[in-house]
Amino acid sequence: MKYLDEYRDSALAKPLVEELRRAVTKPLRVMEICGSHTMAIFRNGIRSILPDGMELVSGPGCPVCVTSASHMDAFIGMADRPGVRVAIFGDLFRVPGSHGSLSEASSRGAKVEIVYSPMDALDLAVNNPDELVVFLGVGFETTTPGIAATILAAKNKNIKNFVVFSTHKTIPAPMEALLSDPALQIDGLLCPGHVSSIIGAGAWEPLAQKYHLACVVGGFETADLLKSLILLARQIGNNDIKVENVYPRAVSWEGNLRAAKMVAEIFEPADMDWRGLGRIPLSGLKIREKYADFDAEIRLDITLPEAQEPKGCLCGNILKGMNTPRECPLFSSRCTPSNPIGPCMVSSEGTCAAYHKYGQDE
Amino acid sequence: MCLAIPMRVTSVEGDPNDFTTNQIATVDADGIGRQIRLDIVDHWPAVGDYVIIHAGFAIHSLVEEEALKNIALLRELAENTPDELLS
Ligand code: SF4
Repeated sequence: MKYLDEYRDSALAKPLVEELRRAVTKPLRVMEICGSHTMAIFRNGIRSILPDGMELVSGPGCPVCVTSASHMDAFIGMADRPGVRVAIFGDLFRVPGSHGSLSEASSRGAKVEIVYSPMDALDLAVNNPDELVVFLGVGFETTTPGIAATILAAKNKNIKNFVVFSTHKTIPAPMEALLSDPALQIDGLLCPGHVSSIIGAGAWEPLAQKYHLACVVGGFETADLLKSLILLARQIGNNDIKVENVYPRAVSWEGNLRAAKMVAEIFEPADMDWRGLGRIPLSGLKIREKYADFDAEIRLDITLPEAQEPKGCLCGNILKGMNTPRECPLFSSRCTPSNPIGPCMVSSEGTCAAYHKYGQDE
Repeated sequence: MCLAIPMRVTSVEGDPNDFTTNQIATVDADGIGRQIRLDIVDHWPAVGDYVIIHAGFAIHSLVEEEALKNIALLRELAENTPDELLS
């Protein structure tokens, strides 16, 4: 725990704040892609010390928020089936679908279990041999390898009542879709720390080159965040565009090859629906035929229902960096964390939730 | 979903090349031993190394030296700022 105290040392942060002021020499807009960054930026008060001319916009990096309404409806439909127990990461519990949420399904008797790790879901299958345990696979590159490892463990242990519904997504693909829209004027990307831990800092190079975008891979502590913003401002100020990694304690240039191999064993690229962004070619992962016994969509023969987006919710545009939560008429009035209308207010990494929790006094 | 705190490894089990073995480490979380999976860690850790954990899986391992070097870099950046800006 020693490290953390060092990074949070405010004596360290102060000169970094001053350095950031000096580094911003012209107006710039930076997108923080990752929901954990959005939260960390608010929690550390970074928004309140941003120099004039520097603007931060939040991107599509909250996995629960980008889960499409039709996937949510399919999840709830599965939970309602007899003999099925669904296991989820906690953030998903209260996300509204077209008609209610998993939380409501649970109160009418559906078996919904919140787990910390996909391995806990596998334990649920072992302990409930008469039920089919469905793990709802939601997440980006950081989460998918662990789910792949869990499927492999299920196969090795010959556990037959465990399946995964894969809505896994990959992060560079939607960025490409966003950045090709000229309406989104972005000069730089604060690249997600733990996604990059898997895909490697080098994975951002094509985007940096194609869109002439400053890219910095950063961590989540105050000093990490400030240093990332300083380097982004310097790159843009000096027109010296490249990929820099200021999170080497978690991220290498080439990424985590063991994890990549595990993912490639179980999953293959597939088109995927994103909330707000629509269907993006090869932006998701589906389970390979070889592991079809572990694929919920095949075992439960699921077709995705037509879904309705929550009325009046701007989540889709917020995920694209086109709107901020305060531009949503429902924000903090009809839509709050205790009574959420859209997923961006539910998830602990959602932009609306971040603005609601920390942004009140701005 | 991302937990950025590196945790110290206190024991390691399993064979890094054989996924049919239980690839597990114990880490020290505030004095409490917690089991985490090593199936997808980038480099197989030794006792005393640190790992970064996501949803019960170690995703990255680092030796103490690496982490300390990182802190030194941040300090350097701080120290290279003129004193008059420190007030
Ligand atoms: S405040 Fe609520 S309704 Fe508005 S965009 Fe955010 S989640 Fe949707």
